[in-house]
Amino acid sequence: MDDVVILGIETSCDETAAAVVRNGSELLSNVINSQINVHRKFGGVVPEVASRKHIENISGVVEQALADAALDFGEIDVVAVTNRPGLIGALLVGVSFAKGLAYALDRPLIAVNHLEGHIYANFLENPDIEFPVVCLVVSGGHTSLVYMESHGCCEVMGETRDDAAGEAFDKVARFLGLGYPGGPAVERAARDGQPGIYQLPRVYLDRNDFEFSFSGLKTATMNQWNQLKRKQGFANVNDLAAEFQAALVEVLVEKTVLAGLTREVNSILLAGGVAANGLLREQLASRSREEGLRLYRPSMDLCTDNAAMIAGCAYHQYLRGETAPLNLNAYAGLDLL
Amino acid sequence: MLVLAIDSATPVAGVALVAEDRVIKEIFLNYRRTHSQTLMVMVNEVLRETETSLADLDGIAVTSGPGSFTGLRIGMATAKGLALGSGRALVGIPTLDALAYNLCMFEGYICPLLDARKNEVYTALYQGQGGQVERISEYRACSPSELVEDVCSRGIERVAVLGDGARRYQEHMESLGSRVIRPPANLCLPRASSVGLLAVSRLQRGESDQVHDLIPVYVRLSEAENRLASKRL
Ligand SMILES: [Zn+2]
Repeated sequence: MDDVVILGIETSCDETAAAVVRNGSELLSNVINSQINVHRKFGGVVPEVASRKHIENISGVVEQALADAALDFGEIDVVAVTNRPGLIGALLVGVSFAKGLAYALDRPLIAVNHLEGHIYANFLENPDIEFPVVCLVVSGGHTSLVYMESHGCCEVMGETRDDAAGEAFDKVARFLGLGYPGGPAVERAARDGQPGIYQLPRVYLDRNDFEFSFSGLKTATMNQWNQLKRKQGFANVNDLAAEFQAALVEVLVEKTVLAGLTREVNSILLAGGVAANGLLREQLASRSREEGLRLYRPSMDLCTDNAAMIAGCAYHQYLRGETAPLNLNAYAGLDLL
Repeated sequence: MLVLAIDSATPVAGVALVAEDRVIKEIFLNYRRTHSQTLMVMVNEVLRETETSLADLDGIAVTSGPGSFTGLRIGMATAKGLALGSGRALVGIPTLDALAYNLCMFEGYICPLLDARKNEVYTALYQGQGGQVERISEYRACSPSELVEDVCSRGIERVAVLGDGARRYQEHMESLGSRVIRPPANLCLPRASSVGLLAVSRLQRGESDQVHDLIPVYVRLSEAENRLASKRL
């Protein structure tokens, strides 16, 4: 078969990203324009500010992705874009731009689910992963366990009933004054602290299902901090951060391993922004090894939002002929598929 | 000279193909705000029915604001994608300029008003003369009462008002009595053909915008920036 060169575009949250990927796994370029510094002063992502940044940056980011890949627009075979889920105003910039571009180039357009994109960050680096697999998708907006029978065949086994794991990181980090974004901030503090000095709950809900809940852990962390301050006038923020991280990671790891064993898969996948968390990567690796499961994790720069994963995912959709019509819309909605 | 014009700055979505001396096809849709779904379908229809390809165009024009934040970005992102992919020139046209141009045959003051919600309108004052319109005040967001005061304090005796803001704040306009002139409905909302004709003029003057540099003129800060600014004061 001929080569398929895909330009991926991603604007679902606070990164304007474009990438060029050949045949679903050969990364030719990966450009990410992060807005972290813009949103830091607001203490979190502001949707309208994000949308304004996307329209300023999108054409430059796309052109840079082409330049880095040393390709002309004429050499692009397919244009792919994230159209759900995410911030609606932000998604609409990418979707509208991609529709105009694909039309002008007379190339097919592929609409990609952002979460499925995260999963496909694994296939970018390991195209030969054997199905079926169980994937933990864990980010600022999501915490889901997904069973995949084959390409494009996803079943959500369970997800969070309240806060996503990344959201809990952000909220706890903000409460403890550790900074933004919360994931790396908590991880940094936890490195100087020790889990177990303070005790926080491991919220499994039902031990045999695959639902998560992190809002209780978040509240328990805040309550413990307030209590310690009141009773002792002092609390060690690093020790509390370490215990919070340990509690959250333990639940993620054990549920994921259990999901893998229950569905009798050989491999489990980790995906999403929180997949960059060092403790999660370590713990999941060692527990998978113990249980005889093979673990795939994207390299650090493919965990956070990027367009390479969107182009990678789009490749398999393209092979299945799933092209998008001119009236393609964007959807904020959280449903995986 | 051929220009494809796109407008989704307000509840109206419009696409037109114009030359310097004629409007070849125009779609005007003032029904439901589903611009993200309809705009490219309309672009395709305009080009297909006129047997025009993007390569035939001299430019792609788009309303550059003010207007609905999301609507502006849908139009501009679409136009940027089309321009970057086709290598055609991109031309931004201020929404209020295009609206005022609907009344270019009117001799006197023209005041387009866009509903900006929060009891405000986006507006600017223009003067019409012999088929030309000239803007004589800044683009701004203000309350309809401020606008009425402005018209009175300038001693304006005849002003044509148009746009969805003029309809929404009808009572305020009526307070101007016989000084106010209300054009017919076919001229009152943004027309992609007006956007296109203004773009033809800009292109004829040798002007166009860089794809990377053109950004919407919102006139207003985002809510979050407003809050931050008021905290700092
Ligand atoms: Zn993400």
